[in-house]
Amino acid sequence: MMISALRDRLSVRDVRRTMVNRLMLTILMLASVVAIFPLISVLVYVIQQGWPALNRDLFLLLPRPVGEVGGGMGHAFLGTLILISMASAVGIPLGIGVGLYLSEYGIGKIAVWLRFAIDLLASTPSIIIGIFAYALLVVPLKHFSALAGSLALAIMMIPTVARTTEELLKLVPIHVREAGLALGLSRRKVILRIVLRGSIGGIMTGVMLAVARAAGETAPLLFTAFNTSFWPKGIFEPIASIPVQIYNYAISPYDDWHQKAWAGALVLVLFVLLLNVMTRLILQRKPTVRE
Amino acid sequence: MESSASEKVILKAIDLNAWFGQVHATRGIHFQAAENTVNALIGPSGCGKSTFIRCLNRLHEEIPGTRIEGQVLLNGEDIYTKGIDPVSVRRKIGMVFQKPNPFPSMSIFDNVAAGLKLAGINKRSLLIEVVEKSLRQAALWEEVKDKLKSPGTMLSGGQQQRLCIARALAVSPPVLLMDEPTSALDPISTAKIEELLIELKKEITIVIVTHNMQQAARVSDTTAFFLMGELIELAETSQMFTNPKDNRTEDYITGRFG
Amino acid sequence: MERYFEIELRNLKQQILAMGGNVERAIELAVSALLDRKVERFEEVHQLERKINEAHMQVDEACLKLLARQSPLATDLRFVFAIIKINGDLERMGDQAVNIAMNGKKYLSEPPLKPLIDIPRMAKETESMVRQALDALVTRNIQLAEDVLDRDDTVDAFKNQIFRELITYMIADPRTIERALELILIARNLERIGDHATNIAEDVIFAITGKDIRHGLRKSPLSGVPHANI
Repeated sequence: MMISALRDRLSVRDVRRTMVNRLMLTILMLASVVAIFPLISVLVYVIQQGWPALNRDLFLLLPRPVGEVGGGMGHAFLGTLILISMASAVGIPLGIGVGLYLSEYGIGKIAVWLRFAIDLLASTPSIIIGIFAYALLVVPLKHFSALAGSLALAIMMIPTVARTTEELLKLVPIHVREAGLALGLSRRKVILRIVLRGSIGGIMTGVMLAVARAAGETAPLLFTAFNTSFWPKGIFEPIASIPVQIYNYAISPYDDWHQKAWAGALVLVLFVLLLNVMTRLILQRKPTVRE
Repeated sequence: MESSASEKVILKAIDLNAWFGQVHATRGIHFQAAENTVNALIGPSGCGKSTFIRCLNRLHEEIPGTRIEGQVLLNGEDIYTKGIDPVSVRRKIGMVFQKPNPFPSMSIFDNVAAGLKLAGINKRSLLIEVVEKSLRQAALWEEVKDKLKSPGTMLSGGQQQRLCIARALAVSPPVLLMDEPTSALDPISTAKIEELLIELKKEITIVIVTHNMQQAARVSDTTAFFLMGELIELAETSQMFTNPKDNRTEDYITGRFG
Repeated sequence: MERYFEIELRNLKQQILAMGGNVERAIELAVSALLDRKVERFEEVHQLERKINEAHMQVDEACLKLLARQSPLATDLRFVFAIIKINGDLERMGDQAVNIAMNGKKYLSEPPLKPLIDIPRMAKETESMVRQALDALVTRNIQLAEDVLDRDDTVDAFKNQIFRELITYMIADPRTIERALELILIARNLERIGDHATNIAEDVIFAITGKDIRHGLRKSPLSGVPHANI
């Protein structure tokens, strides 16, 4: 076997060490495979199940009344788009702003507490955030709304964007900032036009990840945006979304709806995949400053 | 000793003290630099020369917890006068740092033009003119004139540093501060930049911090020796290196300590 | 731990001291040969001078290398600079000793002219000046160097006295001219040796204080001038 060949060239200790190395390497590779396995199997399963129901109607039609076959979930796709657009409009600027503040001015008690708060927010269960949005916007207005839903989603986006922004800005070495200041530029200009510009690639990554996550959140939407079977009517009205639609269809007893649920899941998965691939591509073309 | 520069003092520090929190980093510094001269600051690590030079362009105060007392006169006016915006001071007193630091994600052209562009000057023809002039002054024009659009970070270390020099020169400061500008470079790039300084001083005044005594001896007209926050001796360079007055200067220069 | 430069400098000083010793010995030998009328001793003087020349080249080479490699500054620089010049002075002194030997050989080919009193005294004085100047270098002592400068007057006085005396001999009896001339030349050579010794002293003062006092620029005592220690 190999061992005798090895032994000819190495001492016994070396042989044992080499064998242990290879054993460990094998274990690690197995672990990686096991970890990836769920991802691959989910993907395969979703594609298998969802592909058949993927057609134009799905995107263009509204759901049929209960029991009838056909129709689509176009309103859910549009709803999700509207929800994440509104959430991004609020969440991204706020998140970047917080990240900027923490990175550039982040010394002192305020910054410490702010960072703590952001971390807490990041680990808060999404349903709690939903309840908060419920209390804030649903109860006073006395009905569910897209506004409430996007508020919940925005709150969920903020920590991700803020943390990514802060980390990336911190990666920009201090002497780049110093160089900007030494050139006779104000702090504001240095941060916005030089530091931010240098990390914009990475920040976009954070943004896209936050958007991808928001697109897939279900719990907070359950009692804020709620759900409808109609095209979106207005931001003060309830609105459908892909995850909630999937949930509703999945727990129903109708096969047709189950299929549509799978298709919706597939679309969602593809959307998330697309966003991730795009972030990778962007990162490659606009490398962030490293030291 | 004969000197080709005028004797007009363009930069003067009077009783300058600076603190990092409780640490008294520079103590009672009296310094001056004549127009069109290169002035070297030497001394062992931690002696306060980097802190001092950062007080000259009001960069030191950007660090939280710092404090400065004393005066720094540029052409007779104290830059620390209440009400004077540090930003405007730094347009007149430029700085080049130890590690070449071109702005990320900016082309060579944009890097050099940054000081003007970001200050609001956008006239294309003017920018082009200034960029070429600055790159020529920094002895970099011939090497990059065909690739002004490529990223600044694509250049070699020595070229990047000359890019930073061009960038600093683009805003036409009368004084240029340099904090160990060649420490991170290879000998050939170092030599190129030293030659550059000798040319540059015809147009501006330079204050350079250096760890390398041979460099101070080669390029500077006057040398100042710092030790533990104090300015021990300020003398004409040839004098400093053939016959320094203070024993501590002598010991440092001959390598008996530090 | 001693700096590498200090070690190199010490080696240089040793070499200079050795050269100085040879110079002293050469002067002494030449004059003693003259006094004792031993022509064969002059050959030893030639041998010593060859050693001095060899050392002259070695010291120059060593100094050049030291400058190139160590780039000395301040006091270190001044000392190496001084040693280069002192090296040159010592070599010239060696040449003068050989000149004395050659003049002496010619003098001894004829009967003695007169008892030699001043010349040996002058020789002793110059030997002592050389030794003292080199001591001043090694011990970094300004006073010793200054004293050498003062003693040059004594040597000059000796020379003038010898000249005057021998001129009277030559006027009185033209047959003494050849021998008298040789003695005058010997005295002249000794006076030159004295001048070289003062050159060495001036170089030592420059090395220690950084002040160039050559060509009569020494106005006041130098003891108050701050100078390098160690």
